[in-house]
Amino acid sequence: MNDMRVVERDVDINELKMKARDVDVFYGDIHAIKNVDVDIEDKTVTAFIGPSGCGKSTFLRCLNRMNDTIDICRVTGTITLDNEDIYDPKVDPVQLRAKVGMVFQKPNPFPKSIYDNVAYGPRIHGLSSNKADLDQIVERSLRRAALWNEAKDRLNEPGTGLSGGQQQRLCIARAVATNPEVLLMDEPCSALDPIATAQVEELIDELRSQYSVVIVTHSMQQAARVSQKTAFFHLGELVEFGETGHIFTNPDDPRTESYITGRIG
Amino acid sequence: MTDAAANAPILPRTTSLYELDARTVRRNRSEKRFRLYGLAAVMLGILALILLLVSILSNGASSFRQTYLTIPVTLSAERLDPSGNRDPAEMARVTTFGYLPVIAQSLIDFVAAEGIETDLNPQQFAGMISGEAPAQVRQRVLNNPDLVGQTVQLQVLVGGRIDGFFKGRVSMSSAARDSNVSPEQLLLAQALADNGAMVTRFNWRFVTAPDASDNRPEAAGLGVAIIGSVYMMLVVLFLALPIGVAASIYLEEFAPKNRLTDVIEVNISNLAAVPSIVFGILGLAIFINFAGLPQSAPIVGGLVLTLMTLPTIIIATRASLRAVPPSIRAAALGLGASKMQSVFHHVLPLAAPGILTGTIIGLAQALGETAPLLLIGMVAFVREYPAAPLEGFFDPASALPVQVYNWTQRSDPAFVERASGAIIVLLVFLIFMNAMAVMLRRRFERRW
Repeated sequence: MNDMRVVERDVDINELKMKARDVDVFYGDIHAIKNVDVDIEDKTVTAFIGPSGCGKSTFLRCLNRMNDTIDICRVTGTITLDNEDIYDPKVDPVQLRAKVGMVFQKPNPFPKSIYDNVAYGPRIHGLSSNKADLDQIVERSLRRAALWNEAKDRLNEPGTGLSGGQQQRLCIARAVATNPEVLLMDEPCSALDPIATAQVEELIDELRSQYSVVIVTHSMQQAARVSQKTAFFHLGELVEFGETGHIFTNPDDPRTESYITGRIG
Repeated sequence: MTDAAANAPILPRTTSLYELDARTVRRNRSEKRFRLYGLAAVMLGILALILLLVSILSNGASSFRQTYLTIPVTLSAERLDPSGNRDPAEMARVTTFGYLPVIAQSLIDFVAAEGIETDLNPQQFAGMISGEAPAQVRQRVLNNPDLVGQTVQLQVLVGGRIDGFFKGRVSMSSAARDSNVSPEQLLLAQALADNGAMVTRFNWRFVTAPDASDNRPEAAGLGVAIIGSVYMMLVVLFLALPIGVAASIYLEEFAPKNRLTDVIEVNISNLAAVPSIVFGILGLAIFINFAGLPQSAPIVGGLVLTLMTLPTIIIATRASLRAVPPSIRAAALGLGASKMQSVFHHVLPLAAPGILTGTIIGLAQALGETAPLLLIGMVAFVREYPAAPLEGFFDPASALPVQVYNWTQRSDPAFVERASGAIIVLLVFLIFMNAMAVMLRRRFERRW
């Protein structure tokens, strides 16, 4: 029954990229995510907001199976990417993660050169046949992450020597270098100052032209600024999901309203 | 003034900041006392170390110098080649006992020619020369039979007591009580030294020559022991490093966290605490009695020390793997790297300095280990150099710490000097290895 409805929606909204149905996540005995349904559209920024510990990061990590690395974590329900179940036993999470890239909360460049940081993904996935190709990928990725002008003269210097904001943009460049279809961002600006935050937000907006972006954020202003769709999580439940403008101006659920007006969370 | 301030209990004015109250005084005093305890402990340690070094250096430094006698030796043909056809096979029938009188006679002639007065008998002359000297001369003559009949300038080792006289170990009064040496011999030695024929100089033989028997301390060297130790370290390095690192990577990165891995983990820690002699018994039972490997061989010593070193390397490797921030693993996995790629491309290079340090410390520990080697026969008296690797791994050899142990048990006081000298060599190796560990860590350490 439910599936029928899903197929219908899939047909009329052509841009649907990822789809989560009845997703539950357990950490041992803790029920971290309760029955969540979310649709992530292509070429759209989807924001997950909610108070700390509400499960938004956990849910994000389900989308590229990063939770697999945690032994006690168990995920049920279905999540599909282009109508293919990513939790199907046939799916190799390694291949999935090449399609669904991730940027983490804390900038975590490899302690290698800027060039090697960006080139790592293309190298392991064999995206370039020669050095010139790889150079081009690195340049394109750094340009896309708005880091090219600052980094072009110091490509051989360690990525860890950059400032926090630059490091985060390097991580974004590294993620886009593998040509993912979906980019997951787990509070990408929480460690950055307002100027670097503004740069990253601008970048997210640009990335929207090519990717489907999912961003977890604590800042409601940020969600309002960068996203088209917003999902509000509270205590492991998806309280409300819809157009960003709608959520922020005219939420259906009283809990959403309390949160965005600062009464809970 | 607000209400809250008015209602607050009125506290007595505290004393001036310039006067310390009793509590502070007490606290400061106990802190000072604690610092003194710490300082005293450190000082005690340093003092012990200095005493150790001073005693070893003062005892052992002289083993790097040795007294030699340089005289023209007439290699008389009728004594050394009775058959007269210069055939080495026949000449080999003349044993070292045949050579000693030849050298002694040359010394008597030399002393007479130089006009040094002495009333020693020929046997006493012979007693001044090391038992090793005839063997060396014989070897030289057999290698080059044409020397027979000639008079050649030869440099021969002098006896241990005479050598000890020049190093201050033997004095005129001690010689008077010693049946091995007489004051007259010492007087002659002094005269020869004044003459320039007898000199004490730097002694490479100490690090290159093989061990010598109980009554020839002057000839004993560390050559075989050093080769044996180096061979064992090679075996340990090539076995313990890959096995240890592979085991640690598996346990730390891949193994599921369950009861079995917990048991393995506890047992690895326990293994590190097993007395080393137990590993020796294990080696004797498994490698020699069961597997049939030869006794006294560096391969067996290396295998036993590998077993002993493995826990050290595994613990150090796991600690340095754990020290790599998880964000690096997450970054690699998030880019679609496989588990193995994330480990080998990112985690392992970052952990490498710690792994290297742990390995070298493990090796240094193995280098100084004596007990297990005693049980597998490395304590044997070995005069033959082992062959080159890999064949040489199966030849009998000694090891540095075992050589020290061996020499400290011998009765001749000259071996005290030799044993301390061997300790110096061992310490030089250890310091070198530890310095290398520090250097590698500095060189490869990366920050993130």
